[in-house]
Amino acid sequence: MHEDASEHEALLDALIAGKLPDERGRFGPFGGQYVPETLMTAVNRLSEGVRDVLPSADFRQRLEAELKTWVGRPTALTHAPRLGERWDADVWFKREDLAHTGAHKINNGIGQALLAQALGAKRVVAETGAGQHGVAAAAACARLGLPCVVYMGEVDVERQAPNVDRMGRLGAEVVAVTSGDRTLRAAIDEAIRDWVSDPEGTYYLIGSAIGPHPYPLLVRELQAVIGREARAQMLAAGGLPDAVFACVGGGSNAIGIFHAFLADRDIALFGIEAGGCGSALGQHSATIAAGRPGVLHGNYSMLLYDDDGQIQETHSVSAGLDYPGVGPEHSLLKLVGRVDYETASDAEALAALDECCEAEGILPALESAHALAGAKRWAANNPGRRILIGMSGRGDKDMPILSRYPRSEAGVDVAA
Amino acid sequence: MSPRDRNGNARPGSVSPREREGDARPESLPPLERKGDARLEPVSPRDRIRDALTRSQGEQAAIVAYLTAGYPDPERFFPALEDLARVADAVEIGVPFSDPMADGVTIQRSSEQAIGHGVSLRWIFDELARREPDLASPILLMSYLNPLLVFGYDALAERSVECGISGFIVPDLPYEESGPLRAALSQRGLALVQMVTPVTPPERLEALCAASEGFVYAVTRTGITGRAVSLPPEATEYLAQVKAASGLPVCAGFGVRERAQVEAIEKHADGVVVGTALVEVLERGDDPAEFVRSLRPAR
Ligand SMILES: Cc1ncc(COP(=O)(O)O)c(C=O)c1O
Repeated sequence: MHEDASEHEALLDALIAGKLPDERGRFGPFGGQYVPETLMTAVNRLSEGVRDVLPSADFRQRLEAELKTWVGRPTALTHAPRLGERWDADVWFKREDLAHTGAHKINNGIGQALLAQALGAKRVVAETGAGQHGVAAAAACARLGLPCVVYMGEVDVERQAPNVDRMGRLGAEVVAVTSGDRTLRAAIDEAIRDWVSDPEGTYYLIGSAIGPHPYPLLVRELQAVIGREARAQMLAAGGLPDAVFACVGGGSNAIGIFHAFLADRDIALFGIEAGGCGSALGQHSATIAAGRPGVLHGNYSMLLYDDDGQIQETHSVSAGLDYPGVGPEHSLLKLVGRVDYETASDAEALAALDECCEAEGILPALESAHALAGAKRWAANNPGRRILIGMSGRGDKDMPILSRYPRSEAGVDVAA
Repeated sequence: MSPRDRNGNARPGSVSPREREGDARPESLPPLERKGDARLEPVSPRDRIRDALTRSQGEQAAIVAYLTAGYPDPERFFPALEDLARVADAVEIGVPFSDPMADGVTIQRSSEQAIGHGVSLRWIFDELARREPDLASPILLMSYLNPLLVFGYDALAERSVECGISGFIVPDLPYEESGPLRAALSQRGLALVQMVTPVTPPERLEALCAASEGFVYAVTRTGITGRAVSLPPEATEYLAQVKAASGLPVCAGFGVRERAQVEAIEKHADGVVVGTALVEVLERGDDPAEFVRSLRPAR
């Protein structure tokens, strides 16, 4: 017990000191490279790229310029006083919904597309769930003149239709995946199959902090800009928060906002997973809350599977959280106790979305609405605190789904 | 009669289940009595694979046949397995997995159907133990890592030996991550077969060939399973490199579906792996053993 505690403390110290993942791609026990031999050369070459290209002055400059003038960074920090009044909290939003293409995904999209170009890739493949990453990848590839193919589960093609059209307009080829669970997980399987077929010419632009090493590191480095900006903006706006909330699908926006706050041990960090419509396997996507360690899509991390090791179908009203795995760094943060992982149900997320629209004039993505719901619940038990919420994306893409749910009255009652 | 290879020699280590229980024919003494004579030492499962696939120059290629466990359905699977084990030199049983990311649509489809029929690693072991099929050639399990991880590596090795499994092929387990599974299998003499590919750099190729057990699985092109190919000209050079680096038989894989391909590979490798084409044969309801025979030279 005691040994565990000091071991965990050492792991967290190493993580904060920038020593994780180690050279084998491990965040403590999690991570690694579980890919077919055909891809080993590609992931090794990518590791070299992350090591050599990413920190180079030339790459930094190009990325900074794109982030500033094309993505529109820094994104705003927005005070949410009317929501704060209802919740008895001092609420702030980090506005990734204001970034180009409408979500944090673009930070990663443009960063990896630049890397792909630097590494001489001839084409890019990507997977997408909500379509936000697909749109980001398509836009970034158009910007750099790289051909782009996006794999998207058939179920998601239907529920995120506006984004499918956007990808097409941006010049990407969208391939509807009809195998497996026909959502994000199957789309990743299919993107990997494509990559396996041409590991030399094709760059796999993965959309979250998942996959084999070095992807979890690469995506975190590209998304960490969220937390760096937010921390400085909070300080400038009167002080650091007491708690930070982010939704967790694969975990990229969450790791991006958390990273800058890991060393602030008195700031509580909360990752909110999709609680879906129930606690049975198949009814939710609460990987960390309900999963066990396992191997999927190239890494060892928390995962939802049955007693035979078969990966389980998941459910969430939000396509971007509908995934049975989670990035290995989150599994470590859970293990060492630095981040608390909780869930918000479909109903809670929908109610939070409506409340945010009504109180602040912001339509959040259904994914981001999970972070809002988690924050609201915490605020109810911890009145008067300063809360930072990662607004990972905007909800325009969710209009086809939202049209199926009547506008909830939760917020209206409080205001009346 | 004890299983024999095409030259009529008893295959070392090809032990039928009855013999395993000590009900041996005079010509094959129970392993224990062979102790002390190094040459006749009981053959470990991994060496059994090696011996079954070893070919000398000019001999026809060994055939490693793949079929998805419980496919086309749990009842028809075991007769198909027994038939294949009689005509092929080794058989891979595919453990169905929900996310077969290195497989093409045919094997994906068979996996999905098998899972739908309740097939799992546990089912495979239980049915092998219960039915005691007569398996004339060594059997390997081909599985993605998660089902093995969940089963537990020590239990896996123990159960494999009990059920007559000789080795494993794990497509999403590269050498770097294979330590724990390798150690558990090694304790019981089971093989962990290593794959090599045309994009594997020379130094790595040497290391992988040195680490492989049973045979070396040489993928002749990048890509998922099931895409038909004629042997690309650069493949001969690649296979020569693999042969040079390997002390084990080398079997070339992916896309084999006709005699001509087998013939083309014969000069460069010890054998071929036949997967997707066989699953298609089963899909059509045709005879898998007949198909494997069609890959051999006409008599
Ligand atoms: C707006 C938004 N937020 C969050 C996510 C979840 O991904 P991650 O956990 O990687 O941030 C998505 C994924 O599509 C998204 O579109």
